[in-house]
Amino acid sequence: MTDSNTRLSTSPAPDRARRRLLGGLCALGAGTFLTGCDRLSESAPVRAALSNVEQLSYKAQRLIASRQALAKEFDESQIAPVFRPNGTTNPQEDYYRAWVENGFADWRLTIDGLVEEPMTLSLLALREMASRTQITRHDCVEGWSCIGQWTGVPLADLLDRVRPADTARFVVFHCADHTYGGSDLYYESLDMIEAYHPQTLLAYDLNGEPLPVANGAPIRLRAERQLGYKQAKYVMRVELVESFKQLHGGKGGYWEDRGYDWWAGI
Amino acid sequence: MSESVKATIDSDSTGNVPGAPATRVIKRHTLATRLWHWTNLVCLIVLLMSGLQIFNAHPALYWGEQSDFANPFIAIHARTAEDGERMGVVRIAGQAFDTTGVLGLSDDNGQLRERAFPRWATLPGDKWLTMGRNWHFLAAWIFVPLVVAYLLYTLLVPQRRRALFPTWVQLKNIPRTLLDHARLRFHHEADYNGIQKLTYLLVLFGLLPVMILSGLTMAPSVNAAWPWLTELFGGRQSARTFHFLCATALIGFFIVHIALVLVSGVFNNLRSMVSGRYRIQVEAHDGSEPRHD
Repeated sequence: MTDSNTRLSTSPAPDRARRRLLGGLCALGAGTFLTGCDRLSESAPVRAALSNVEQLSYKAQRLIASRQALAKEFDESQIAPVFRPNGTTNPQEDYYRAWVENGFADWRLTIDGLVEEPMTLSLLALREMASRTQITRHDCVEGWSCIGQWTGVPLADLLDRVRPADTARFVVFHCADHTYGGSDLYYESLDMIEAYHPQTLLAYDLNGEPLPVANGAPIRLRAERQLGYKQAKYVMRVELVESFKQLHGGKGGYWEDRGYDWWAGI
Repeated sequence: MSESVKATIDSDSTGNVPGAPATRVIKRHTLATRLWHWTNLVCLIVLLMSGLQIFNAHPALYWGEQSDFANPFIAIHARTAEDGERMGVVRIAGQAFDTTGVLGLSDDNGQLRERAFPRWATLPGDKWLTMGRNWHFLAAWIFVPLVVAYLLYTLLVPQRRRALFPTWVQLKNIPRTLLDHARLRFHHEADYNGIQKLTYLLVLFGLLPVMILSGLTMAPSVNAAWPWLTELFGGRQSARTFHFLCATALIGFFIVHIALVLVSGVFNNLRSMVSGRYRIQVEAHDGSEPRHD
């Protein structure tokens, strides 16, 4: 601020004044455009149009990426030394602290909702199922990427065991953490195509070690054709639903309720 | 649609000042070109400013597949200087530059705040990643199909090819044209000169496709569908860096384009892009450049 005061005390040369005027006019023009767009960002019809764009991206990507198209898998040498944790990194809920203390021995995963045979599984039972290991790149919505090796149970195998009802359209992942210590639990959801994708896992190992707390212990979702915010950590319950209406903000995810696109393939 | 460079003697060309070189008005740009041009202007401004909003969410660029957080190629941030003052810093390949007030640390509603690009450069002005993404994708869905259509139109229609691909004579005349530009001597002709043609070709068939393709690789779904595309750029973070560098190059093009429009007859130039009509000198300046109309 002191800088601008000293600048004012020296009288500007005439062409500097003119330059400043021109600059001011440009800024005014840009400012008007900006205020216009900022105001548009708040209006309901514009928001509706923007959500149509999300549908367009969703359908276009479904068209070009076949159901089975696999995300690229990498070499062991490319694994990042530290897998960057994001969002909640150390849940403080009492029940969660208790699970950590006894190594998740009495933690249970529930799979229910629109299924013929709801199930409850211990971490050991999950580890005894057939597993898949993949080295993939995690792409955060913010723009950074990190490569890690994940081992877990393909979600498709679990779905085969609980047998979803014909009415089930989405798989919802309920998490243990209140994001940023707020009042809302984290949750996410996938459509059935992404849920049955061969690389979609409930992962319990990262880089060959049990999943650290910072990265979502004891299990987290890996949906490799989606952005980072879909990769729900601290998953405790998998629920099959027909729509998101009854869940939290009704948009199918914690960040979706806060304006993010439900389709996180872009 | 009439041919873009077909000269039609205009009635108002008879009002030439005696002694001045004879001129006439031709139809220079087709309606398609004019509509495309102004749609692009709006789309590119929205894409640029919303792109800067998205960049601000993680203001660092890297080479390769993933982010080497400790060693970014370019990073914009704020830090506290030795004297205790906050300062904005841009780091490029290890070199640090003080950019306080504009990059890294800038005025945000009367307060100096840490943000890579300042409030006036981003859409929306507030830190609001989701809305930035929404604007970016909306503008991209308008911009990209039009670019693809225009590139096909340019390649497939013979008179469009003639209007944009330089002749040997034009290529040979490039040093002379450069010299004329440096002296601010502009020749108003029906055809573009060699430099104009090469520049437009570079933007149309170089920058814009790289911009669009590197943008597509930002999407994890596209990565799964077309892994070769990401590999073409040397990995996802390289693609993001190329996306940013191409945007910078487009701003460079934009600045030079505006400057030349202003100094080479702003009224005539603007009219040719609004109504399509453009006044040219009837006789070529030295007869060395052949006419194509």
